[in-house]
Amino acid sequence: MKISIKREFDFIEYDVDMQDVTLLEMLNHIKSEVDSSLAYSSGCRSSVCGSCGVRVNEKEVLACSYKVQEGDKIEPLKNVPVIRDLVVSLDKAYETNARAKAWISEYNSQAKQTHEDEKINETQSDCILCASCYSACPVYAVNEEFLGPFALTRVWKVVSDKREAELKEKIDTIQTNGVWDCTLCNECTVVCPQGISSKADIEKLRAKSSQYGYMDPNFGSFGGGFDSGFGFDGTPSF
Amino acid sequence: MKTDVLIIGAGGAGLTAAIAAKEEDVDVVVLTKEYPTRSQTCMAQGGINAALGNVEEDSIEAHIQNTLKSAHGLANEETVRYMCSEAPATVAWLDSIGVCFSRSEDAKIAQRRLGGASAARSCYAQDYTGLKILHTLYDKALSLDIEIKNEKILLELLKDENDMVCGALMLDLRSGQKERYFAKSVILATGGYSRIYGKNSTNSTKATGDGIAVAKRAGAKLLHMEFVQFHPTGLKNSSILISESARGEGGYILNSKGERFTNELAPRDEVSRAIDAEIKKGEEIFLDIRHLGEQFIDEGLPQERKLAKLYENVDPVYDLIPIKPVAHYTMGGIEVDNNSQTNLEGLFACGECSNHRVHGANRLGGNSLLEIAVFGKEAGKNAAKRAKTMESHVAASPKDDFLEQEFTKEIDFYVLRQMMGDLLYNKVGIVRRESELREAEAFIEETKKKLPLMGAKDNSLRYNTDLAEFLEFRNMLDVAEVVIKSALSRKESVGAHTMEQE
Repeated sequence: MKISIKREFDFIEYDVDMQDVTLLEMLNHIKSEVDSSLAYSSGCRSSVCGSCGVRVNEKEVLACSYKVQEGDKIEPLKNVPVIRDLVVSLDKAYETNARAKAWISEYNSQAKQTHEDEKINETQSDCILCASCYSACPVYAVNEEFLGPFALTRVWKVVSDKREAELKEKIDTIQTNGVWDCTLCNECTVVCPQGISSKADIEKLRAKSSQYGYMDPNFGSFGGGFDSGFGFDGTPSF
Repeated sequence: MKTDVLIIGAGGAGLTAAIAAKEEDVDVVVLTKEYPTRSQTCMAQGGINAALGNVEEDSIEAHIQNTLKSAHGLANEETVRYMCSEAPATVAWLDSIGVCFSRSEDAKIAQRRLGGASAARSCYAQDYTGLKILHTLYDKALSLDIEIKNEKILLELLKDENDMVCGALMLDLRSGQKERYFAKSVILATGGYSRIYGKNSTNSTKATGDGIAVAKRAGAKLLHMEFVQFHPTGLKNSSILISESARGEGGYILNSKGERFTNELAPRDEVSRAIDAEIKKGEEIFLDIRHLGEQFIDEGLPQERKLAKLYENVDPVYDLIPIKPVAHYTMGGIEVDNNSQTNLEGLFACGECSNHRVHGANRLGGNSLLEIAVFGKEAGKNAAKRAKTMESHVAASPKDDFLEQEFTKEIDFYVLRQMMGDLLYNKVGIVRRESELREAEAFIEETKKKLPLMGAKDNSLRYNTDLAEFLEFRNMLDVAEVVIKSALSRKESVGAHTMEQE
């Protein structure tokens, strides 16, 4: 099987005698048998550590859960600095979690979490920080200050949690370079290996922001914009 | 760089230690060879034990007795008592920082029963308990503005002339430069060593026992290194874990003739030994969950179905799943006292790399997440207290810098690494014989001598994973050597260590 991998300057083709294997297994084979200088990240092999996010034919996947196909083109994630080959630096992307204050700020010890409450942010708390969503996000691509999909999902995780007593601070923090900057293009949802929709979480954060008196800063501009939350006829679009 | 408390490892234990130290108001720096949320902790599924009695009656005393029984007399009752007594407060703390635990119908933290427990004691977050605890600890560490530095590889500990640990020599993976970090206290939280068994392990590829090897080279005592827990149901080709629930829910274990040969609900070590004996007879072993039905499998074991399809090309609804027992958890580690301090002054350890004598000869399911939270906190607190008593930093240089020597690259270490993994699995695995242990011992000794003939073929300074894996290989050789020596010195079978007469 032939695949090509983006190396230092260009794509290099590898002809590997393996069938029906995950991309990670093939990368391991290439590294230990063909070219030990190939750089990529991996960890758990079972889609929970978030180490092995790459792009295959321009789509984000986890190398450990993707079956390689003839002719696949493998590249590092986008919108983040490439360190070497398929390895990127996620330092900046990870910093968005701190900037977004994606944590419980004040614990409400009176809150009784029910089985139904558990379901509210169960999926959001499945996030593995693989950064596929940052790679796919067209807003993060042009604005590094944008808090970005996983950080905002993690904020919604906290905001939707009864145990958080200090909601206003959470909402205040995500107004600039936050919920209103998203174009609701849904690319993050499409690529998330954990089935999380940051776009939907951002919409919920917008609704919550309105309750705290915030308005879409784009609202009222020409035509209302596509991301104003309302369709052309004035009806809510979500 | 200087700090008060230096923590190496950013999994559940390292992050808990960092939070506890920071809350003592000292400066903390955390170094990790990956990123903080990528550690082995994220793979823990089962849960965290605490005798809350949310689902059925339970007591701390029962938790203590179950733990001691599983440990086969090799645990320290005092530390077990401490861990089990702290468990309810520990789970309450995790709840307060936002861990999304599963909840019962009456709005309590849900609990389920794991093997060896007399009650439903394990608090869980669906099948993602470790992942959710780890990420919440990370969130908490961020909220305290704890400095975490990614992709730094531990090379050696730094010691002053009085043998006191005062820092660490690190390799920055991105720049290829060595860096020295000086601290008043150092905590190792670098994880276990299941990867010495190569591909025959459920663990992350990074569970290479680095901290244990480095501590040993610095003179730290290791304890009970022969005890390795083998999980009976790893996928045959990839060693990916098929969770215990597959057996718990009624799955059968079959040989090539389609016969059941063991009680599937027996403890892990017993089932692993039964499977091992069949494999040595030339049988292939399968897990059969077909009779549970598609609907049940999709609801109760969705991950298992996905992983079996992905890695073994079988669909558990219609096919048998090929399995084998694989290395899953390492009970041995750096010996520590009740303050999580090693025999080296200034050096603390917590998590799977340490041995707090709570697991003894066999770990009880649900006790490893508990251990990292309870003793991570202790290590962080005690390291911070010690740092406060120190007036100034001590500076020192590494005594023996492995990377300074010449490597001729005549031998491919990837070949030897694979040989080591398979050899240890076959000779230092589930059932051991003295002659086979000797064979493995000789191999490790020979291979260690040949290290200067190996080395990384890649000369790049920037993100040289070839070099990183070579350094891990060296660490695994050092750890394997102790595992074999410890196994040789324990003549009797106990817990996870089974000796067979020749």
